[in-house]
Amino acid sequence: MWFWLLGYLVLMAKITAVLTAVMVLAAYLVLVERKLLGRFQVRYGPNRAGIYGILQPVADGIKLLLKEDLMPEGADRAIFLAAPAVVAITALMMFAVVPFGPRLTIGGREIPMVITDINVGLLYVFALSSLGVYGVALGGWASNSKYALLGGIRGAAQMISYELALGLSIVPVVMLAGSFSLVDIVNAQAGLPFILVQPLAFGVFLISAMAETKRIPFDLPEAETELGAGYHTEYSGMRFGLFFLGEYVHMQVMGALVAVFFLGGWRGPVLPPPVWLLVKIVLVVLFMIWVRATLPRLRYDQLMNLGWKVLIPLALVNILITGAFMAA
Amino acid sequence: MIRAGIDIIASIAAGFYTTGRHLFVRPFTESYPEYKRPLPARSRARIILTRDPEGRERCVACYLCSGVCPVNCISMQAAEDSRGRRYAAWFRINFGRCIYCGLCEQACPTSAIQLTPDFEHIRRDLLDMVFEKQDLLVDHCGKDPDYDFYQHAGVVTGLAGKGDHISENAPVNTRTNMP
Amino acid sequence: MSVYSIFFYLIAALMILSTALAVTRKNMVHAVLFLVISFLASALLFFLLGAPLLGILEVVIYAGAIMVLFLFVVMMIRIRATEGSGFLLWHYLGAGGLSALYVAACLLLVRHSGPGTGAPMPAAVAAPADFGLYLFERHWLGIEIVSLLLLVALIGVLHLGLSPAGQRSGKGGPY
Repeated sequence: MWFWLLGYLVLMAKITAVLTAVMVLAAYLVLVERKLLGRFQVRYGPNRAGIYGILQPVADGIKLLLKEDLMPEGADRAIFLAAPAVVAITALMMFAVVPFGPRLTIGGREIPMVITDINVGLLYVFALSSLGVYGVALGGWASNSKYALLGGIRGAAQMISYELALGLSIVPVVMLAGSFSLVDIVNAQAGLPFILVQPLAFGVFLISAMAETKRIPFDLPEAETELGAGYHTEYSGMRFGLFFLGEYVHMQVMGALVAVFFLGGWRGPVLPPPVWLLVKIVLVVLFMIWVRATLPRLRYDQLMNLGWKVLIPLALVNILITGAFMAA
Repeated sequence: MIRAGIDIIASIAAGFYTTGRHLFVRPFTESYPEYKRPLPARSRARIILTRDPEGRERCVACYLCSGVCPVNCISMQAAEDSRGRRYAAWFRINFGRCIYCGLCEQACPTSAIQLTPDFEHIRRDLLDMVFEKQDLLVDHCGKDPDYDFYQHAGVVTGLAGKGDHISENAPVNTRTNMP
Repeated sequence: MSVYSIFFYLIAALMILSTALAVTRKNMVHAVLFLVISFLASALLFFLLGAPLLGILEVVIYAGAIMVLFLFVVMMIRIRATEGSGFLLWHYLGAGGLSALYVAACLLLVRHSGPGTGAPMPAAVAAPADFGLYLFERHWLGIEIVSLLLLVALIGVLHLGLSPAGQRSGKGGPY
């Protein structure tokens, strides 16, 4: 009984630590993105709240919390209220399988530095990622608004399409590691990270990950120049905040997945493992921000062509090549 | 085919290079409250009523500014002093309405009403935006330091007689003009 | 009753309830959502019974892909909720009769099968690798047939989707 309670406490501590880190990082990623976008456009980003604007996330949070929670007339009440939570929860839950360090031994007992190491971890991530589509599609549908509906439909179509490329691009990694578990995948990269072995898979995965997070150049579901704000046009206050949080957590998740699948996860010299994972996540996210500052939005048919006619065939060919090399 | 691919990659890389280089460029932004860019004298913001070089009010209450104002934010009441000079008994500009178009300045024959570069005149209360004559009147000539309307006007006010004003011809006896 | 059986009955109840709601909802989107919950519950059951791969695949494929397509279609065509139930009495009777038969058969099976009725099942976990090996070593022919069928279906859909040149109607775009 005591053993069980202890395990429970350790689990809760891990969840608390990870959630806190993810939330704080998400809040500051918003600031980092705004600052960096500013610098990419040769201006300062937000610099008024605190020195260098470091209190900006706090100000934004207070603003979002204090805003009125509006609901459009004719909206589907229950679904409208629940949709932002779906986006945020699915994004947050993906961190449950991301390992942030090797096993830790405290008092003769081994504590794995991951919330849960299930043997289908990779598929778990994809399952949650595909459930995240519901938040977008339903949020758009329930708003009873043209822009939101169009955004929701675009979001659903885009995320389904790119999930295929995302999943197929990762198959060679699974083949090389011989496991769906993210811990095993990190362990398989003890020699050299998979980015060196699988550069094509890395490229396909990174592009699909950006499409999955609905960021420029794949931000058609929320294309503000065409659709107002897309699927979250009608949301205000903290419900909009949840969509926003979900997007930035999703960015981190994708950063973490790129780190785990291709960059060796928490492996690295000198620094402690969680710091290495953090560094790698931030590097991937910075790259995403750079992409956002550089590339224009794709047209809808270009988006679909890229997904179905370029990325998926590339991923399939990559699987074949990897299989041939492994069999040989 | 390969050439097109190389072109695509090269153009994308060029974009990334451009934005990446911007990270190391000093931003062009002027941080406003810390640095206030000196504005040109003719930029249009808060309206003032100026005085002529002798220190008298320029405004002759002709109602031209009030008439030309597209948002009807200027109102006044004309009066005349003992020497026959017209002046505004009261003069009121509602800056809550003013769109700072500058038409009043263009219409003004005496260069009395002028716009200044001072754009930082914001009030918490809307009624504080209504400026009376004492708020508007200043002690200088504004952008037109030498102009004195009554030197040019042709109106006899004690400054000069008929035909004595600047660029004014002597009065013509209309009867001698008759054919 | 162990923790597992408590979970089992909770999840099973959730599953039955959400399926019933899915069948009876007038609003199509709500029906789809309850069906999604039902799929999630069955995935949880798979997890509970020691088949995590199946459970996750259920979520990825059914809840995550197929139901999204359902939702997509429902959102696109915007079906109005119809007045009244739209079913006749014999529909209900037929459905009820079939369900009753099914429940009776299941109960009979549960009661009269298995060694030592009421004995707890041995806990077993099918690791993904074991599952895959089992599937591809024992049932490779079936898998190949199914994948061939899917390929044929894919090509058929492509063929149907591409209208022959010259017969293109004015409305359709180039896609």
